[in-house]
Parts: sequence; structure tokens; C-alpha cells
Amino acid sequence: MKNFSGKVLFLDRNDINTDEIIPAKYLSEISKQALGPYLLEDIKLDGFMPRTDIQEKNVVITRTNFGCGSSREHAAWALEVNNINLVIAESFARIFRQNMFNCGMMAVELPAEAMDRIFRDFADKETNLETNLEKNIFIITTKNHHLEVSFSISEFDRALVMTGGWVEYADSKY
Amino acid sequence: MGKTIAEKIFNAHHVDNPAEDIHVIRLDAVFCHEITTPMAINDLVTRNKDRVFDTNKIKAVIDHVTPAKDSKTAEQGKILRDWARRHNILDFFDIGRNGICHVLFPEKGFVRPGFTVIMGDSHTCTHGAFGAFAAGVGTTDLEVGILKGVCAFHYPSTIKVNISGQMPGGVLAKDIILSVIGRLGVNGATNKVLEFTGPIVDAMTMESRMTLCNMSVEAGATSGICLPDMTTVEYLWEFIKNEYSDKKEALDDFGRFLSDADARYDQVIEHDVSRLEPMVTFGYKPDQVKPVKEMEAIKVDQVYIGSCTNGRIEDLRVAANELAGQKISNSVRGIVSPATPKIYRQAMEEGILKIFLDAGFCVTNPTCGACLGMSNGVLAQGEVCASTTNRNFNGRMGKGGMVHLVSPATAAATAIAGYIANSRLFKG
Repeated sequence: MKNFSGKVLFLDRNDINTDEIIPAKYLSEISKQALGPYLLEDIKLDGFMPRTDIQEKNVVITRTNFGCGSSREHAAWALEVNNINLVIAESFARIFRQNMFNCGMMAVELPAEAMDRIFRDFADKETNLETNLEKNIFIITTKNHHLEVSFSISEFDRALVMTGGWVEYADSKY
Repeated sequence: MGKTIAEKIFNAHHVDNPAEDIHVIRLDAVFCHEITTPMAINDLVTRNKDRVFDTNKIKAVIDHVTPAKDSKTAEQGKILRDWARRHNILDFFDIGRNGICHVLFPEKGFVRPGFTVIMGDSHTCTHGAFGAFAAGVGTTDLEVGILKGVCAFHYPSTIKVNISGQMPGGVLAKDIILSVIGRLGVNGATNKVLEFTGPIVDAMTMESRMTLCNMSVEAGATSGICLPDMTTVEYLWEFIKNEYSDKKEALDDFGRFLSDADARYDQVIEHDVSRLEPMVTFGYKPDQVKPVKEMEAIKVDQVYIGSCTNGRIEDLRVAANELAGQKISNSVRGIVSPATPKIYRQAMEEGILKIFLDAGFCVTNPTCGACLGMSNGVLAQGEVCASTTNRNFNGRMGKGGMVHLVSPATAAATAIAGYIANSRLFKG
């Protein structure tokens, strides 16, 4: 199973599309590793510096409809090779969300109120997030704040995370 | 309780129900192109599972960057080509016979009413125009589709978009779908199927229905879908004539998939087009739309006509009608890419290519290239393009470029004017 805990990168915008996460000009790469340096290169977000702001981060927290647009799984892979296996958002585009779980990664939705509180109290700080998959809890901490948020994922999604992804799951069942 | 067309298709393809509303369904067609398939092929080889579930149900094409522009894209083409050869995939389309997947595969009769289709391409929803459930997927779903012929989806929940009224002259299917996306928003149909019905859809050609379904994903939809009717039968007839005694029999057969009158919808939207004007996007999201006349001062550097949205023969005809006897503005680079060799040939025989060339357009071979900023018309920093494609995302057609999505009529008028302009067909 992959790692779902670590430092948090906050992307405070709705509708971040997969062209922003990994531009199409890099789709001619045929290794996941090659995508690493280009993660979020074209994101439209004031003050965001892709190369430096991504460093050392393991979790992305963002707003609504994350991963909309192109079906490119390169978006999930570009996160994966940067050691980011968990994205938390108010909502996801269908294909991106499925791609994450298909790779044994997680795309978890939280209600708007919880997201607003997390952004208010934790964004732009040295925030750490720990995932407890047994209890379905995220533990979010900074110097001054501590928050435990429960989440839910379907049995199917959990099975994909546990087995390592859809290829392993489907190959054993169908 | 009645069923929607998408529910009927799911029920007819049921394999497993592993959790809650997740359904694993059997696939009738798995489509492949050279951008998202090579990573699936390489992974299958690495896992020692280099097999395909059914040679006849897999169709493959090199379409995104063709001819190859560099060593990397050449390698992607080679991986797909070698794989198609070693698995004896007969429906593999390489240079000279290749075209944009979502235009080429329907043209070959590969999609039928009631089919389930996946491809590693978000615009796979286009094929729903034939009364199929057709969904874009990522590379892992594609890989499992190739290996096992199955895919997992949420059981379909449908938004019905009932399109009615009198179509004003110069307003095209593209303007309708842009206005629908403007209404729904970019995530208004996430995890839903968009079922397009009503007298306007009934009167549409298959080409227009494909334009409609093509952009369903821009509202987040899993698939667009139109109900199969005699127009569908006519389009497919040359491919199905040996399976049915006459067209009526084919129509009756396809009728088993039609949504029931008492089917339950998540939402029903009435969309009257009588007052609709040609639309154009502003900003970086396809739901940011305005009437063309509100954007008329915007100067453009490039006009692009093509793509899986608007590279079909009727799109080229409507653009050529606007361009006939005209020259495009000196400050505009005009590029047209007929979406398949058949369309290219048709456009040549009808004199359409001559009109484009006389007007000052560059005619390229069929390819997706410019739409996603990979080749054949990439924008420079700060440049503006009026484009018949489907996405105006930041950097989509080139880093720092601005894309305004329009219909082929508006694109042609814009090329002549040098700034965003309504076509002569629109009298509003």
C-alpha cells in the first residue's frame, strides 16, 4: 500500500484541469518518472511556484472539480512520482478520481464546510496530514491547530487501494 | 419503473456488482490511440500479460501526432503499431488511412446502438450519438479493457436535455452544446449521463449529434447519448445491411434500447434554442460562454477549424460557404484539418479545399495535434486563437496562448474579419 501521510500542498481554486496538472506537450513521454519535473507547470494560481512549492509535499488539498478535462492518467502519475498519493477535495472529475484509485492512490471528497474550515485554519502554513485508514480519519496539524476529520471511501475504492490498483483487482476477479 | 437508455445498456452488459452502485460491465469496443495506449501496452508486457481480450473488438489509430514530429512521438507510434501487428488487430489505422479517432471510428461503422465503448480519451463520449454508452477512461481502465474486456462504472444516473424551438440561421450544434455547458457548468453533469432529446436533436444529422455528445465531458458527463432513430439507421446502413432484412427491422431492433416514457431522470432540462445566438468562450473554462456579438472586438492571430468536435464534412461545408470568394485577414493564420482521409477526399471533390486554399488557409492532414498544443498549430505566448475545438484551458493550444471556442461558421467569419465575428448566416 502507498503512503497517504505527510506535508500538505494547498491549491485554493476550483476546476483545476489535467492540462494544468500536466500539459499535453509532455504526453509524448513513455515513463512516469519523466513527468516528475512538470507537475502543475501550467496551473493558473496567483503566487504559486510549481518547482519550489511542490517540494517535500505528500498530500494535495484543493477545492471543487479537481482533475477535470482530459482523461490523461499522466496527471495521477505526475503526482505519484512526486510522492503525492492523496488528493483531498470537495469534488473530483470522474475520470481523474477513478485513475487515482486505479493506481492504488486516493482521491477523497470532504464536505464543503470541512474544506472551508481546513482552508481557513491550515492553508499557507506548515501543515501535516496523517491518514488513518483503519478508522477513516485524517489528522491535520499545524503549530496552533489540530483537527480530526472523518472520511468515507467505498468498499470498492478501499479494495483498489489495498490490492495496489485496478489491474491487480480485475486480474484476480475477471 | 421504466429505464433510461443508459440503464438498459448497463443491464444488458452486467458482469459484476463489486460494491454499492459500482457495476462492472462487458465492453463491445475498446478504442486505442498512440498517446494513452503505449503505457498500457508496456505495463502489460512488464506484467507478462501481453494479451488482448478480443482482436475484433479492439480498434487502434495513430491520430494525435501524425506524421510523428520527433523521436518520442515516433516511438509512441511504433509501440502501438508493433502491438497491433503482433496481436493481429486488423482495424489499425496508420498514416495515409488514419484520422481523428472520434470521427474515423464512427465513419467505419464501429459503433452501434446499445454498445459499450471505452477509450483512453475523454472525448469518447462522442460515440454516444449512436445510442451507445461511450466513456473516456484513463490508461489503467484501458489496460484492463484490453486484457479483460470489462470496465467499472457507477450505475448511470441521467440528466435529460430536451432541445426544442426554432433553430435560428447560423446557429449550429456547437453553439447549442456551448450554451448547454454554460448552463450546467463544468461539473454540472459529473458522474451523470447527458441524454439529448427533443425535436432539434431528432432533426439533426449524425455529424451534429456527434458534436453535441462530444462536448458532454466539458460539463463533466461520463457519456453523452442520443436515442437511435432512422437517421442512425441510415448512417450505419452500409455496415449493418447484412444483419437486417430492411431498415425498419434495424430500427425496431435498436428500439429495445430507447428510454421508457416513465424512466427516472436525475434532472430534466428544457433547452429552447429559438433565441440562441452563435456562442464563443471567454476565460479558461468551457462554461464561460457569451454571444459572439459581445466579443466582437477581440483580435485573433490564428483560426483553427478541425478536431473531433468540428472536423467533419458538414463543418467544412459551412465554413467554406462563408469563405467562398473571400480572403482571410492578413493578420490571421488560418489552419483547417479535415478529420479523416474520407472527409479530406470529399472536401477535395466538392471543391471545399480549393475554397480554403484560395481564402489563404493552410490545409493539414487529419490529426488532433493543434487542439491540445502538441503539433500542427501550437500558439506562442500571448497569441489568441478562435478554434472549433473543445477546450479553452490555460495553455491548451500552447503555453500562454488564449483559445476562444466557436462554431465552424464563426471561425470562418473570424478568419475573414481578423477579429471574432458572426457569420453572414446569422441575421440576429
